[in-house]
Amino acid sequence: MLHLYDECLLILVKTPVMTTQLPTPSSSDAFVERPQRRWSHWASPATFYPLAGRLIPWFGSAAVLLIIASLYWGFFQTPDQLGGTNAQKEYYRIIFVHVPTAWMSMWLYIILAIWATIGLVFKTRLSFMMANAIAPTGALFTFAALWTGAFWGRTSWGTYWDWDPRLTSELILFFLYIGYSALHAAIDDYRRADRAASLLALVGLIMLPIIFWSINCPDPNQCAALHQRSSLGQIDQDILLAMLGMTLGFWCYSFAAVFMRLRGIILTREADTHWVRDLLLKQPQGVE
Amino acid sequence: MLDSFICILARDLRLALRRRTEVFTALLFFIIVVSLFPLGIGNDQAILRQLGPGVVWVAALLAAMLALERLFAADYEDGSLEQLLLTPQPLAWLVFAKIIAHWLLTGLPLVIIAPLIAMQYHLSASATHTLMLTLLLGSPILSLIGAIGAALTLGLRGGGILLSLLILPLYIPVLVYGAKAVSVSSTVASAGQPYFLLLGAELLLALLLAPLAAAAALRIALE
Repeated sequence: MLHLYDECLLILVKTPVMTTQLPTPSSSDAFVERPQRRWSHWASPATFYPLAGRLIPWFGSAAVLLIIASLYWGFFQTPDQLGGTNAQKEYYRIIFVHVPTAWMSMWLYIILAIWATIGLVFKTRLSFMMANAIAPTGALFTFAALWTGAFWGRTSWGTYWDWDPRLTSELILFFLYIGYSALHAAIDDYRRADRAASLLALVGLIMLPIIFWSINCPDPNQCAALHQRSSLGQIDQDILLAMLGMTLGFWCYSFAAVFMRLRGIILTREADTHWVRDLLLKQPQGVE
Repeated sequence: MLDSFICILARDLRLALRRRTEVFTALLFFIIVVSLFPLGIGNDQAILRQLGPGVVWVAALLAAMLALERLFAADYEDGSLEQLLLTPQPLAWLVFAKIIAHWLLTGLPLVIIAPLIAMQYHLSASATHTLMLTLLLGSPILSLIGAIGAALTLGLRGGGILLSLLILPLYIPVLVYGAKAVSVSSTVASAGQPYFLLLGAELLLALLLAPLAAAAALRIALE
């Protein structure tokens, strides 16, 4: 259904702006001289598809190397105990998986929301696809953070689960990821699905600080939590090194996994375009 | 602009009052859910007094959820929602009128029935008072945030279940502060003050942003 009124408004509002943005002959000369590609070149699924394909092996191998190296460093080159008076013994080593996954789960949601915003503002298809490709990886990291946290909690707190603020926040984050994916999956029309799910991601982003704060301080007069406050500054150098190495490794893994998923999404959605047909017709002959 | 607001408000109220069962379903659901808990938990007064605030608030969330599905659905089915989108009035304003009508029909009855519910749970007079006030502040937030979800899931298969999946996590702050205010005020009457301020702040934020977001979601849904 067309919104006639809106379209008229859009034309009225946008026409003068668009004409001024067109390069005039005098100003475009300087632009043409540079043969370098503009960033928007990669905003097209057709050009990004091969680029993502070339990047996946690099990120994938970097992820494997970094994770193996950091796990080795974390397991064999770090002190046996963590903390001073009430020290945590060997079991603290789950920190090398637990903390990076928790960080990734939060970072990925923010990146998802950024891509959703870019998609809503510039109406670029690839941004929506990117957001859509990030969601499962983010949910995976959230789940991993909860799962490893349960094991760590069992050994150090004596319980798998507690309604501690950070545990609860992570659980809510997991629900938000699931909600995004569920809404996207429930709508058949890709265009509507992209935009509706992106709007939901944005609403979630605005609500996140409020939700986190409400869980953190159910009683505004006094805030308490089982989790200690973040103490990266005082931590042992070797432990910090292993943790940051794991984080970098997880970043590389995220890039690789998201790009792989993205390639699948691009092929599914662009299935009826010429470039996909050409690509698929070429491939059996070994030309890529 | 005020005319259009009143017009939509009066229309929605009139339509709802001609189909009264739909209005009372949410209210009855609320009463039944709240009455089931003592049957399941047992009728120990101390336990009921402790659980009461949380139970009443969770039931209020579920009741608000139940009614949300119908917020835009009827207008969507008969095409009048498209006409609303075509009017020169700002859509967020019209959506706001619909949300207010929805709250008058589903949220306000909860506030009015709250003293009876409080009696079932043996809440003290000050706790009952706080319960009514927090419901008065909190239930509009439920309608406002819920409207975004209702617009996003408009016309989808299994929209109702999906709606609860999307919106219930966003209801958490209201639940936390609403229930907590009631439970602290059962011991000290004035202890609920900070919670009222927090709920009020969230209500203002929701009043400001939720109609805009719901309007954007409606445009996406009806494109």
